[in-house]
Amino acid sequence: MQLDAKIPSGPIQDKWDKHRFELKLVNPANKRKYDIIVVGTGLAGGAAAATLAELGYNVKNFCIQDSPRRAHSIAAQGGINAAKNYQNDGDSIWRLFYDTVKGGDFRAREANVYRLAQVSRNIIDQGVAQGIPFAREYGGQLANRSFGGAQVSRTFYARGQTGQQLLLGAYASLSRQIAAGKVKMYPRREMLDLVIVDGKARGIVTRNLVNGEIEKYAAHAVVMATGGYGNVFFLSTNAMNCNVNAAYRCYRKGAFFGNPCYTQIHPTCIPVHGDYQSKLTLMSESLRNDGRVWVPKNPGDKRAPGEIPDSERFYYLEEKYPSFGNLVPRDVASRNAKEQCDNGRGVGETGLAVYLDFRDAIERDGQDVIAKKYGNLFQMYEKITAQDPYQVPMMIYPAVHYTMGGLWVDYNLMTTVPGLFATGECNFSDHGANRLGASALMQGLADGYFVIPYTIGGYLAGESMTPVTTDHPAFQDSMGQVKERVGKLMSINGKRTVDDFHKALGHIMWEYCGMARNNDGLEKARGMIQELRAEFWENALVPGETENVNQSLEKAGRVADFLEFAEMMVIDARHRQESCGGHFNEAFQTEEGEALRDDENYCYVAAWEDRGPGEDPVLHKEPLEFEHVKLTQRSYK
Amino acid sequence: MTSKAINLTLKVWRQNGRKDKGRFEEYKANNISTDMSFLEMLDVVNEELTLSGQDPIAFDSDCREGICGQCGCVVDGHPHGHEKGTTLCQLHMRHFEDGDTVVIEPFRARAFKVLKDLMIDRSAMDGIIQAGGFVSVNAGGAPDANAIPISQEIAEKAMDAAQCIGCGACVAACPNASAMLFTSAKISHLALLPQGKPEAARRALSMIREMDALGFGNCSNERECEAECPKEISIVNIARANREFLKAGFFSSVM
Repeated sequence: MQLDAKIPSGPIQDKWDKHRFELKLVNPANKRKYDIIVVGTGLAGGAAAATLAELGYNVKNFCIQDSPRRAHSIAAQGGINAAKNYQNDGDSIWRLFYDTVKGGDFRAREANVYRLAQVSRNIIDQGVAQGIPFAREYGGQLANRSFGGAQVSRTFYARGQTGQQLLLGAYASLSRQIAAGKVKMYPRREMLDLVIVDGKARGIVTRNLVNGEIEKYAAHAVVMATGGYGNVFFLSTNAMNCNVNAAYRCYRKGAFFGNPCYTQIHPTCIPVHGDYQSKLTLMSESLRNDGRVWVPKNPGDKRAPGEIPDSERFYYLEEKYPSFGNLVPRDVASRNAKEQCDNGRGVGETGLAVYLDFRDAIERDGQDVIAKKYGNLFQMYEKITAQDPYQVPMMIYPAVHYTMGGLWVDYNLMTTVPGLFATGECNFSDHGANRLGASALMQGLADGYFVIPYTIGGYLAGESMTPVTTDHPAFQDSMGQVKERVGKLMSINGKRTVDDFHKALGHIMWEYCGMARNNDGLEKARGMIQELRAEFWENALVPGETENVNQSLEKAGRVADFLEFAEMMVIDARHRQESCGGHFNEAFQTEEGEALRDDENYCYVAAWEDRGPGEDPVLHKEPLEFEHVKLTQRSYK
Repeated sequence: MTSKAINLTLKVWRQNGRKDKGRFEEYKANNISTDMSFLEMLDVVNEELTLSGQDPIAFDSDCREGICGQCGCVVDGHPHGHEKGTTLCQLHMRHFEDGDTVVIEPFRARAFKVLKDLMIDRSAMDGIIQAGGFVSVNAGGAPDANAIPISQEIAEKAMDAAQCIGCGACVAACPNASAMLFTSAKISHLALLPQGKPEAARRALSMIREMDALGFGNCSNERECEAECPKEISIVNIARANREFLKAGFFSSVM
């Protein structure tokens, strides 16, 4: 199968306008004849569900949490980028486009990124109109701050809770449509299969997490907005319920999976401190605006940070990257932290941490100013670590945070399965091999509010749809398979808990497919994953009942899919014989230890096709062409 | 971070579904690191229950960063436990003493239903938002974001109200099981901003009426909500919502 990204022709500035004009429209009176399923209620899903309903479609919206307001977009802290140039500091759509392509280490599709930069402005307008209380200057204008990978201030924020406020904005719009009867909301549902009829996505099968019932829903199109797969590492900054199930089930039903090995390790998280730990907590990247990252110059220096004089501190980011300093992109900051710790300069009990120090900022601006900017983050840090970051430097270490890989989509955000769309983190599209800070919120909302509402209309208007109800045999088949799988999980009756398997998988992935990778390690990891998966189906212990609340069963299904998905990640990482952004193969680095790309051989999107259990996935390549941002070695010096 | 290990006795509410009457059961939580969060302590207990062939304790949680609002139980009589301004996922075991007995039960209110053990149905809170907790604006066509200046003071006040996480602790804390702090936070947030003003009267009436209809109690100024709110939302919001409600009643035609 030849991948067709369906990038419109013409100059990049005009592609989206031209495409919107060329897309067929659904007559307003006909929109109510179409049902659309949206899975997920985060920024992408919530915005898409609300907007599609505003247009007149009938929307069925699903989430695994108890309310659509809980989706993990809510935890995003620092902010959202938009090319508003309110600061008059030289920003433009072109610059945001350029920064994003470069930040992604030239592995994103130019046309998509340009569109993202274009609609970024509308998102802020929309948010303000919804009543989102963004931070303001004294004059009443919107405030901005700077973020990693950019030299302009284009990040809008609401204290350290920007994701929360944007999500509650989308949730408010969604609630309005629920009240209007245009969205039917299905909380506490987990999508366990995609239903395909005549080659098109026509519905889903879910498990009701309250009574265990397996349910089926039909529609004319299905929109996935199910987030990322960072929890394959067990420990990540993702919420407990984040998983790959729904996206993986789409892959098994024919949707190609793009670049699964591109995972983002965020540089500023609270370090790991024990085996029992259930998740890692991010400290917003915005802290790097005022915090200075350092380690002791002398390896093994165990003095308290306050006793180490400036002359014996190594501000390694500022020294190595004078023009970006502490604001280098995330992949660069993370790798440098690992390098310092590998060289014995790590601090704290485990030696796996570096300092993020606010001493100078507090001296310069006063504690009040710093508290206003980051108060809630400092408070969160203190709650977790029992240390006061106003007095002693924070300790931070990189942690798994975001996954750039996801379901392959064309310019219309449609996967390789007609009628199946993917938005937000669960698609692969806009961030290339590394996402810049404050861009996830931008992409989720761009997809949901301003892209999918147009492109889905183009699809529906162009297709002749046969009526399909849930009585169709394809639904029966799918339900049968889901029930069989649930039954199988419940009947293993082994001796090892599902969490224990998940932790073991996480160790393998962090060790061999984490911040730095090599061919031997990846091959070893593949074998270990296969062994662990075999043991899982022999020895997992899933207590409780099938037809009741059963969180162990939910986890078991998710871990079972992670155990398959992890292998695909490793295969993808092994195949890509270069380093780029979040994928760092130790064999491919510059003399200074930066990621070394091989544009001759790997300037493409790797889209993997499923060939069934036990078979290796098949690689398809979408070549990437860079007409506007010249392919160069990234430099932040 | 100096961690130590403590041993606790837990008295946990177990209820197998809506129809079950429910009862407290006692469990030992041994060798608990004081660096653990409360929910990680429950994870450890659940691993042991699973391995010993018992049903693990069902409880909700998601982000475990104190922002999603999905977690929450009553711990020793306090929603989210005794630490001020803290969600249960951010409550750490260093705040407990070796040998403590800890009583854990679900948030209880007429408008909430226990689904299993500590897990509850709070969808009534979504119902209150659906009654008007929004600005009626469609995507597309919004004016430039800087077109209407909003003073920093107003934006900050709106943000103070908007940071409610919708966890339901205020309802669980209130002797009347009223959702007035939750409802008023949303009414306040939107009434403070120019974008929310056109619908302020209708919103206040509609949301408060819906709150009553969904089985939440009345506010009688007990102030327990404010004391237990993990985000320290102020009852000033209730006064502000009451003003909006009265104004709507006296002066407008939306009754």
